[in-house]
Amino acid sequence: MSQYVLRRLLIAVPSLLGISLVLFVVLALAPGDPFSELTTNPNVPPEVAASLRAKFGLDDPIYLRYLHWLSAMLHGDWGFSFVSRMDVDQLILQRLPATLYVIGSAQLLALLIAIPVGVYAATKPYSLFDQVANTLAFVGFSLPTFFTGILFILIFSITLDWLPFVYTTDIKATGIRWVLEMIRQAIMPVAVLGLFQAASMTRFVRSAMLDVIRLDYVTTARAKGLGQAKVIVKHVMRNAMIPVVTLIALQMPAVFGGAIVTEQIFRIPGIGSLLISSILSNDTPVVMAVTFVFACLVVLFNLIADVLYGWLDPRISFR
Amino acid sequence: MLDKELRSMIGQVKDGRMDRRAFIKRMAAVGLTAPLANQILALGGVAMAEGASTYKPTKRGGGGALKLLWWQGPTLLNPHFATGTKDQDGSRLFYEPLACWDPDGNMKLVLAAEIPSIQNGLLAADGKSVTWKLKPGVKWHDGKPFTADDVVFNWEYAKDPATSAITVGVHRDIVVEKIDDLTVRINFPKPTPFWAEAFVGAPNCIIPKHLFAEYKGSKSREAPNNLAPVGTGPYKFVEFKPGDLVRGVLNPDYHMPNRPYFDTLEMKGGGDAVSAARAVIQTGEYDFGYNIQVEDDVLLRLEKGGKGKAIYAVGGDTEFIALNSTDPNTEVDGERSSIKTKHPLFSDPAVRKALSLLVDRESVKKAIYGRAGRTTANFLNGPEKFVSKNTSWEFSIEKASKILGDAGWKPGADGIREKDGKKLKLLYQTSINGPRQKTQAIVKQACQKAGIEVELKSVVATVFFSSDVGNPDTYPKFYADMQMFQIPMSQPDPSQHMRRYVSANVATKENKWQGQNFPRYVNKEYDQTIEAAEGEMDPVKRASLYIKANDLLIRDTVFIPVQHRLKVEAAANNLRCIISGWANETDNLFDWYREE
Repeated sequence: MSQYVLRRLLIAVPSLLGISLVLFVVLALAPGDPFSELTTNPNVPPEVAASLRAKFGLDDPIYLRYLHWLSAMLHGDWGFSFVSRMDVDQLILQRLPATLYVIGSAQLLALLIAIPVGVYAATKPYSLFDQVANTLAFVGFSLPTFFTGILFILIFSITLDWLPFVYTTDIKATGIRWVLEMIRQAIMPVAVLGLFQAASMTRFVRSAMLDVIRLDYVTTARAKGLGQAKVIVKHVMRNAMIPVVTLIALQMPAVFGGAIVTEQIFRIPGIGSLLISSILSNDTPVVMAVTFVFACLVVLFNLIADVLYGWLDPRISFR
Repeated sequence: MLDKELRSMIGQVKDGRMDRRAFIKRMAAVGLTAPLANQILALGGVAMAEGASTYKPTKRGGGGALKLLWWQGPTLLNPHFATGTKDQDGSRLFYEPLACWDPDGNMKLVLAAEIPSIQNGLLAADGKSVTWKLKPGVKWHDGKPFTADDVVFNWEYAKDPATSAITVGVHRDIVVEKIDDLTVRINFPKPTPFWAEAFVGAPNCIIPKHLFAEYKGSKSREAPNNLAPVGTGPYKFVEFKPGDLVRGVLNPDYHMPNRPYFDTLEMKGGGDAVSAARAVIQTGEYDFGYNIQVEDDVLLRLEKGGKGKAIYAVGGDTEFIALNSTDPNTEVDGERSSIKTKHPLFSDPAVRKALSLLVDRESVKKAIYGRAGRTTANFLNGPEKFVSKNTSWEFSIEKASKILGDAGWKPGADGIREKDGKKLKLLYQTSINGPRQKTQAIVKQACQKAGIEVELKSVVATVFFSSDVGNPDTYPKFYADMQMFQIPMSQPDPSQHMRRYVSANVATKENKWQGQNFPRYVNKEYDQTIEAAEGEMDPVKRASLYIKANDLLIRDTVFIPVQHRLKVEAAANNLRCIISGWANETDNLFDWYREE
């Protein structure tokens, strides 16, 4: 097994190199300029913007810039943001807690809803519960988060005035009040994201369960006289979870990436909003770093999913 | 005549026969109401008045928290690196300049003790130097005294090209010398009628020498205090997260009496303008939101029964359509819109004239800008004393059609006018932005009725305003017939603004399109007017020269002014905030308070 993991990790190196090259070239060829705001400012002579471009190496040929970036990255130097002149790793670390908290809770909420609802719906297909769950799931993933987000703000912040809609990272309370405030301000974004995720995941869990529930070994288990609960949990669910684990594992990088739209609406200072503002201001080092981290996470979680398969189904061997 | 009248009035103020207020009133009567009336007086030998303060609180602190919402949050807190106004706004919370601008364009003292004038001897009569006296007893937040050394250091720091300061342009041509611990003199290479640039206003705040001296030049990025400012301002720095949050707390040693009013300060970033307006005006979660570029009817709706209101500040920002003097469709030496070409349609003044008649400025105001815009016939819309009264505008499709017809442009079979085989087809570009796209539509419709076909194009703002030489869609390249945007006017003086359009500044491939004259306007008379204005120390003559320059731009229809735009902010009803159209939003923050 350790050999398998090692081999997979070695295979990941060239693919990460490839990804970084593609990302870098695309970003370098993309139009835009981190110093665009300077050009309409009459106080700043145009030579200043030009010399800044030269100083930050924006006028070098692409392959040179890539090699610089690569060698710096190998030394653990992520570069610095053109816009805030701050180290990129610091910038990302600053944004990580909010993202992990909000998006992580949303994923958790989605799982807590999707698995019980999906499993129960699959045990009673086409029952009233299943129909209602299905309809709600359809509604859930048909409504985009920017719509539900604004709807929630209109209802819960403006009309009812229960919840704040601007997320703050410095709540002035301490102790239990601080915890309560943290929860209160996260309710809306977590609900918006969690319900959206839950909707599609419910459908997925249900169909995975339905595939397995009709198999012969389940009938055998029932014939042995095992109770319904035991059959579902020990026999059906364990096998049905294989595709669900893939789905969740592949979604994990998204947890780190944040949800760009939702973070923007609720002003959550997470990685997603960092990425979008960096893209808008053409802050290439930050965009490059964030997207590259995503690429690494995707590779990593794919590996984790593969290892998990073996645990869920020992027939899948590590070769 | 105006010249004489003004001169005698200045004389009267000097002798005390007329008081300052009466003078300003009289100037209003002759059409010269002046944010810079005071600078006229200063150069006329009467000391510049300090902007009146409306600050009421009688003790320091006790105002609770001030919550500001900047929908684009500051990304760095060193004023010398501020690429945009948001960074200047953030830096200004902690750092201070020698003086700033109040809503009328009057100078307000901050770190300086006295406003320089010819009368008090601080301003040289030949305009080649200005002396600033610093306030005694001012301390940096870490307790070190603020002295002339700090001011001189800021000049050395910014002018060093290795520092990569954005403010290098302001500092590189001047010489700053220390006279004594509390006096500095700025020497200009040539007579400088507008002397209040270096160390004045939010973009030119002063950073402490003792913390930045080691980080001058190529090490500038490594200074730990780039992200943790130690200033002299009313609030002390607490915390900074780029793009997200800036926090400050009352400075108990602040050098102005009874200030600041608020105990803590928070500037939250992120989101969009509409929801920022909502959080301030409708729900009252925040006290103040900056740059609320939101449609007027949305604002009016939010204001109904809300907790805040939209407030406006008049500056000199003009939304304009620029007409290309060169041909964007012919390539000469690998360059389109080359100065070696002439625009095939716009070389006929009748076409230019007709286009200016086809921009319905009133409808643009009514349908788009609302309270945030004013119709105007001028390119230069402020300060008041530089605004021409000689121009006028009108919207008339009939007149435009007649002018075109008289000039020989006859409608073809498809209804589009043509002459000598050239069809009146124009490409009209702007940056992507709701109001701009709507304005494009209004102009296009009117042009169609007059027999001109207009093709609309919009470019992402980050590309349109970029200095990327490789991109064809930037505004300096101007590969279109007309383009619309605005160039912010960041100080109450037109010199920088008008200097752009002299012929030496034409944007070409040779200067990598860094020439700021993007309409590629070439007019000897204009060049001479600007040159004369830049050396003119007599404020009255100088103003009339800039008015003439504006009139030339309008006469030749280099620009079609679309709207004089106002700054729009959102503020809680009980917040007394001072916002100047000539300064950053936070420039007068020390005077903000809350009415109970």
